[in-house]
Amino acid sequence: MSKEEKEKEEAKKERRFTTISIPTPLYNKIKERIKGTGFTSVSSYVTFVLREVLAEVEKEEEPFSKEDEEKVKARLRALGYLD
Amino acid sequence: MVLPHGGKLVERLDFREERREEAFELPRKNISLDEARDLANIGHGVFSPLEGYMLREDFENVLYEGRLSNDLPWTIPIVMDISRKEIKEIIEGDQIALFYKDEPMGLLEIEEIYRYDKKLYAEKVFKTTDVSHPGVAELMKKEDFLVGGKITLLKDPPSDFERYRLWPKETRILFKEKGWKTVVGFQTRNAPHLGHEYVQKAALTFVDGLFINPLIGKKKPGDFKDEVIIRAYEVLLDHYYPKNSVVLAVLETEMRYAGPREAIFHAIIRKNFGCTHFIVGRDHAGVGNFYGPYEAWDIFREYPDLGITPLFFRSFFYCKRCGGIVNEKICPHGNEYRVDFSGTKIRKMFLRGEKPPETMMRPEVAEVIAQFEEPFVK
Repeated sequence: MSKEEKEKEEAKKERRFTTISIPTPLYNKIKERIKGTGFTSVSSYVTFVLREVLAEVEKEEEPFSKEDEEKVKARLRALGYLD
Repeated sequence: MVLPHGGKLVERLDFREERREEAFELPRKNISLDEARDLANIGHGVFSPLEGYMLREDFENVLYEGRLSNDLPWTIPIVMDISRKEIKEIIEGDQIALFYKDEPMGLLEIEEIYRYDKKLYAEKVFKTTDVSHPGVAELMKKEDFLVGGKITLLKDPPSDFERYRLWPKETRILFKEKGWKTVVGFQTRNAPHLGHEYVQKAALTFVDGLFINPLIGKKKPGDFKDEVIIRAYEVLLDHYYPKNSVVLAVLETEMRYAGPREAIFHAIIRKNFGCTHFIVGRDHAGVGNFYGPYEAWDIFREYPDLGITPLFFRSFFYCKRCGGIVNEKICPHGNEYRVDFSGTKIRKMFLRGEKPPETMMRPEVAEVIAQFEEPFVK
């Protein structure tokens, strides 16, 4: 990889990641916890957990309009999917 | 009901006649049927949250991280390639019309035109640059540039399976009407043998509904033809499935054969259709020996935020000692008692003019397939 390519890669990496601080004892606890689990670093574990937590916070689905719904149901009936 | 990927179902449709007439005045790009199908998939929200072809930032993030630039899981680039010659006729900010067979199918607002590295694409997505991999071979035929931007669908592409073509809005309303709170999606590119049936029924035991969603589109030689798959499922459902618990509808997109990455992509699509669960079998979306048999299971561990629950199934087989369909987890007997549902074996039987035995395939299904003079893609 040329110097220019390396710099590009670094810049891309910088754009994709950022640093956050966590208490050192917590960091050490996580380091112990991930031994033999397949997680390669504390960062990858923390990322995993945060993604999992954030995914649980789901919003309500926007309902379809009555008109849309009736149109769709008519097609579903015509195709035999609904009685 | 499970939320669409990214929280909102995308709908980018404008089927007004005047919009189609306007398209004739715009710079024109011809697209293939497979491209027209994916254009429709974007427009109808099958690929939610995508609103068009990926810009460079999303494209690169998908390659490197298996995620969009907003961190949402996404593993397969959805892109439109463009030739050097075509680039000369357009600039960023232009709107162009996408034509299939002289019919305007969609509009594309060009936000970015960029060069890409096919080798890197192949390495990241297919984990190989070997052109004997059908996905890599297709990629290498593509043009050297990509064009990104939002689309508007002007017309649905033609389909041989109109009766089975449902869009996410329709399946979501259908599942709700049926009262299904949990739905398991099943991806297939095969005519069903007993192994498929047992996987589907085992999954259905734990959820309210089963969504069988065969993939219709470009496939590799030796795969079952689309029509064979649909006819085989029609007869299987008719004879052996409870009517109120199953929906059969097609997914029109090409197979990429990207193994683990495609398994995630397939799961996201079914989430958009309203599925809460997704069946992942042995070597899902794999080809040849390019992927390990359970690599497609492992990749799901990297996506705790996928929003659809994978159900992992080992292959089923017929055990002569057990006298039924089992898998290695529940059968203690040796290989000598097993009748494997090998796709290759089944294909060879049909090519020899034989029908697979009842321990492999339902006789009604075998009969339907046998009626086709040429049931396989050449």
